[in-house]
Amino acid sequence: MGLTLIQKILLKHSLSGKLKDFIYAKVDFCFGNDITAPLAVKEFNKAGFDSVFDPNKIGLICDHFTPARDQKAANNVKLLKQFSRQFKIKHFYDIEACGVEHVFLPEAGLVKSLDLVIGADSHTCTYGALGAASFGVGSTDLAAAMKEGKCWLRVPESLKFVYQGKLNPWVGGKDLILYTIGKIGVDGALYKVMEFSGEAIRKLEMDDRFTMCNMAIEAGGKTGIIEPDEKTVQYIKTANPKLKNFKFEKSDPDAAYARVINIDVGRIKPQVACPHLPSNSKSVKECVKVKLDQVVIGSCTNGRLSDLAIAAKILRGKKIKKGLRAIVIPATPKIYDQAEKKKYLQIFSEAGFIISPATCGPCLGGHTGILDKGEVALATTNRNFIGRMGSPESFVYLSSPAVAAASAITGRITDPDEVAG
Amino acid sequence: MTIKGKVHKFGDNINTDDIIAAKYLDSQDEAFLGSKCMENIDKDFFQKVAKGDIIVAGKNFGCGSSREHAPVAIKGCGVSLVIAESFARIFYRNSINVGLPILVSKDCGSISAGSLLSVDLNQGLIKDLNSGKIFSSEAFPVFMQEIIEAGGLLSWIKKKEKQ
Repeated sequence: MGLTLIQKILLKHSLSGKLKDFIYAKVDFCFGNDITAPLAVKEFNKAGFDSVFDPNKIGLICDHFTPARDQKAANNVKLLKQFSRQFKIKHFYDIEACGVEHVFLPEAGLVKSLDLVIGADSHTCTYGALGAASFGVGSTDLAAAMKEGKCWLRVPESLKFVYQGKLNPWVGGKDLILYTIGKIGVDGALYKVMEFSGEAIRKLEMDDRFTMCNMAIEAGGKTGIIEPDEKTVQYIKTANPKLKNFKFEKSDPDAAYARVINIDVGRIKPQVACPHLPSNSKSVKECVKVKLDQVVIGSCTNGRLSDLAIAAKILRGKKIKKGLRAIVIPATPKIYDQAEKKKYLQIFSEAGFIISPATCGPCLGGHTGILDKGEVALATTNRNFIGRMGSPESFVYLSSPAVAAASAITGRITDPDEVAG
Repeated sequence: MTIKGKVHKFGDNINTDDIIAAKYLDSQDEAFLGSKCMENIDKDFFQKVAKGDIIVAGKNFGCGSSREHAPVAIKGCGVSLVIAESFARIFYRNSINVGLPILVSKDCGSISAGSLLSVDLNQGLIKDLNSGKIFSSEAFPVFMQEIIEAGGLLSWIKKKEKQ
């Protein structure tokens, strides 16, 4: 029996050299952010640890409540900075350098194919798009990994999703993943790996692949993964030109899957996930009566350059609906610069969007775009749980950047076809 | 170890934003986080819950973010055990790592809110003291039992270092 890509990576990192139900595995990189890492540091200190396994393989990335929303947030960043100085941790990043962690780490070349990465953030599953095994864990897991460079893992089964056919206009990675979560439910991939494959995936650019793997957690998945191809290799080499001996693997043709799910992408129209679960996905046409108070384009799901590009394409020469609040958050300083050079930021600004510094901010109801009671937002983010963006009595809809941009123009949920042209 | 407590019931897909809203994540204080537990879906939960009480929930409990503040908040408000039909994976490992007792019981849906339970954690036996009914739960894999017995992941690592 052959092995899936994820099994191959876990086998390579298993300290016993075997793949049992549970393995103790060596990690290539571990990281946390300004809300999960302070708890890890607290546990690390409480346990009396006085060394880290490798100061070059730990990341402390400040992105959630930054730029510091208040003194407490500033204190958490300071605590991570002090910890980094104490243990000579190389990859500590504050706002001037990083931006949203799951966009920044691949962009900075800190993750590559076949790596085993754990992060104290559930969207760590994003790096499966690079052919890496990346798992979200908790703060105590991070404390243990910082000390030992190891992590306990259950060896997961995989679900194989095969996407065939031709994508409809305005349909991208976000629509495919919202549709998929709608089909299998928010626990449809519980403890399992979601392997995305098929000709439609091969045609997707890397940004769309990151979006799909990013949301594997919203179906309960342990991670998402996509077999690397020439696009992946190009991305990794561009991100880290110094990289030598770069290798990648694919799943064996006879690898065992818990289930194979075939999806004809020709049937998928632009999707919207309605409150209060990411699995409540519908075709945009079924949601066009929903009036909006706020639109947010950004996050680790959809704050990349091509996300801004497609939104700018729709917004060029247009204005947002009067009275609507529209926020765009380029996910990293580098993306901000690129979007500026390409004049996307000018288009957003002229349309009436506010351009935010890189932050997770409103996605998790942190700051810079909180909803009040009764308010409705359409966001390119990943979760629409009760109270996710502020008041427990507010409503969050999820969509692609194209649908979000079109909806900003009309002030209600809108099919991009309606305003484009 | 036997736990006795009154049942608070929750449905399917209780996510970590329900358990502890993200705006409170700048705190690492167990008592503070506990005082905000379940605030988004049950504003008065902290007032209603007493030390030793038990949460009984449906499928996929703890889905969503990786925040360890979620099991910490549950511990902080005095809850002694969570029983669910299934748990989201990061919440599951966080609970093991921080020493919050959890049990997977496929038939826990028929336990009523307000019932008094007596739970033998070693045997995984759940007894409803009101109805007299017994519910079974899934045994933890040996590997995890070691971590639970050591009192959490970091104690387990320290114990290994000494050996």
